[in-house]
Amino acid sequence: MNNPGPTLSDFGHDPLWISIIKAVAIFVFLMLGVLMGVWTERKLISRMQHRYGPNRAGKFGLLQSVADGLKMGLKEDIMPRTVDKVIYFLAPVIIAVPAFLAFSVVPFGPMVWMFGHKTPLQLTDLPVAVLLVLATASIGVYGVVLAGWGSRSPYAVLGGLRSAAQVVSYEIAMGLSFVAVFLQAGTLSTSEIVAKQASGGTWDILGLSIPAPSWYVVSLIPSFLIYAITMLGETNRVPFDLPEGEGELVGGFHTEYSSSLKFAMFMLAEYVNVFTVSAMAITLFFGGWRAPWPISLWDGANSGWWPMLWFFIKLVIAFGFFVWVRASLPRVRYDQLMAFGWKVLIPVNLAWILLAATFKALRMPEADRAIILTIGAVVIIGAFAIWLRFDTVNQRRREAKAAAIEEEFEQLREEPAAGGFPVPPLDAPHYHGVVPAARLNSDAAKEVTSGSN
Amino acid sequence: MTSQAPGLWPPSGPEVVFLLLGAVAVGSALLVVTTRQLVHAALWLVVCFGALAGGYLVLTAEFVAWVQVLIYVGAVVVLLLFGIMLTRAPIGPSAGLDSGNRWAAALVAVATAAVLVTVVVTGFRTAYAPLRPGQGAAEPLGASIFRTWVLPFEALSVLLLAALIGAIVLSRTDIRGRE
Repeated sequence: MNNPGPTLSDFGHDPLWISIIKAVAIFVFLMLGVLMGVWTERKLISRMQHRYGPNRAGKFGLLQSVADGLKMGLKEDIMPRTVDKVIYFLAPVIIAVPAFLAFSVVPFGPMVWMFGHKTPLQLTDLPVAVLLVLATASIGVYGVVLAGWGSRSPYAVLGGLRSAAQVVSYEIAMGLSFVAVFLQAGTLSTSEIVAKQASGGTWDILGLSIPAPSWYVVSLIPSFLIYAITMLGETNRVPFDLPEGEGELVGGFHTEYSSSLKFAMFMLAEYVNVFTVSAMAITLFFGGWRAPWPISLWDGANSGWWPMLWFFIKLVIAFGFFVWVRASLPRVRYDQLMAFGWKVLIPVNLAWILLAATFKALRMPEADRAIILTIGAVVIIGAFAIWLRFDTVNQRRREAKAAAIEEEFEQLREEPAAGGFPVPPLDAPHYHGVVPAARLNSDAAKEVTSGSN
Repeated sequence: MTSQAPGLWPPSGPEVVFLLLGAVAVGSALLVVTTRQLVHAALWLVVCFGALAGGYLVLTAEFVAWVQVLIYVGAVVVLLLFGIMLTRAPIGPSAGLDSGNRWAAALVAVATAAVLVTVVVTGFRTAYAPLRPGQGAAEPLGASIFRTWVLPFEALSVLLLAALIGAIVLSRTDIRGRE
């Protein structure tokens, strides 16, 4: 139970061959994870949709992904004639490599004995490890953008554009949702964030000391909810899979990668990204490799190789969440997606960070509470004043608009032939030669600035 | 902080890597302005920023390095590409990329570089700062920004806010000036 796990100082002592073993193990884990993940997703979503899913290749269709992979490897590698050849070739590589890199800082377990060396079950760790994950995710965007542009197809370019805007916006919200965790843990290193979630202190109520839940998902629930939404946006999964929206864009950014291993690379990167964001959710909010409550009562649960199992179970559950969401939710509209990201997630996140920082400041032993509470009151009153000001302006605009509509109706009632009820609006110029008086000053001819304002 | 320089020859491993990264940064920066293909120029800019981030890493400034990747590689150039693709996305060489001012621009660039190099060389000469791991983590950096350099930081954030609001006002056609 009281095994805090490795800290930053435990890293960097491995001999080279142990690092290589770990790196190869992570790679193999991810490749097998993708093979099984595709099968799990297809099987699970089939059951949710009341059908069987793949069940021909192998027992329960287990070999379906292997068959698909072989098929892709054997297909002819088509290079469309007008593409930018270098970029068309590089895009799948650029998207796949960072996806794997991010897993190097994910903690799988505590210190273990590996061939006579005591080493943490994690490839490496940095004082700023979580930033590395964000940075690799942001490099992955290039794969999508360049695939879209290099393909030289309007659908692909549109998919790439959507992806660029979407991932950049959701990455801001994602980074902000980490801030509360950093404030609480006081570190950006993944292994130490896991260590901080080992014990959550106790609440003393009426002489009873109740152990407080130690996972950040409980104490920082707003951050986690925002992260859960942004991780769907960041990985371009349903309901935010607009970069490849089949309905309007054929296949989106990978339309022209119709065959061969390049397409397989995109699929690979998508699933590895899903695993990465799930692993980050587990590490930052669900106690990492630590055993959940009933199991953690057993002393051996958090030592040795067992934590890998808990981590794996959590990863499977997180992946199941992705599949569940995909089976349940329709795709959102693009302007709604952007408006939601910028106008809801980011402001809510900022307000929550202010609140979390205030709590943190109040709990510091040397803090002067009077000053903190005064500043807090000033901020809250100021925010209300700004809100009130904008609310009255909005109210006035709404009233003016309603009055204008009412006025138009009045006019139309007096002059039905000008396009009002019950005469259909025959106001095209060739009917009358002139624009009817009622339409002259209406808003109909004005420019629509955008769908969201 | 500074100590006696251990001598330039033989160069240590980090020094060699740093020099190579510097060469990559300068080379890719040259390619940014000389390539005839618009999107390739943006991509060479990514390489340049990446090499800078590598340079920060060699100097143990990990936080700055990853923020460099996150902001400049991950956001700024992506938005640049976004802008290029939204307006025109030419594949192949574009004719209009050669400016008539290129010799003047080259002259200014060389002169600026010369001034900077002279200032740095005369200012520091053989001063040598030993690198300690952990110096560039988030904590010391945050402490120095929010204690020593808090005023420039806040001034800069107000400037950026003004730029942000200006961009919104310019891009929205339904906001007009007072009649």
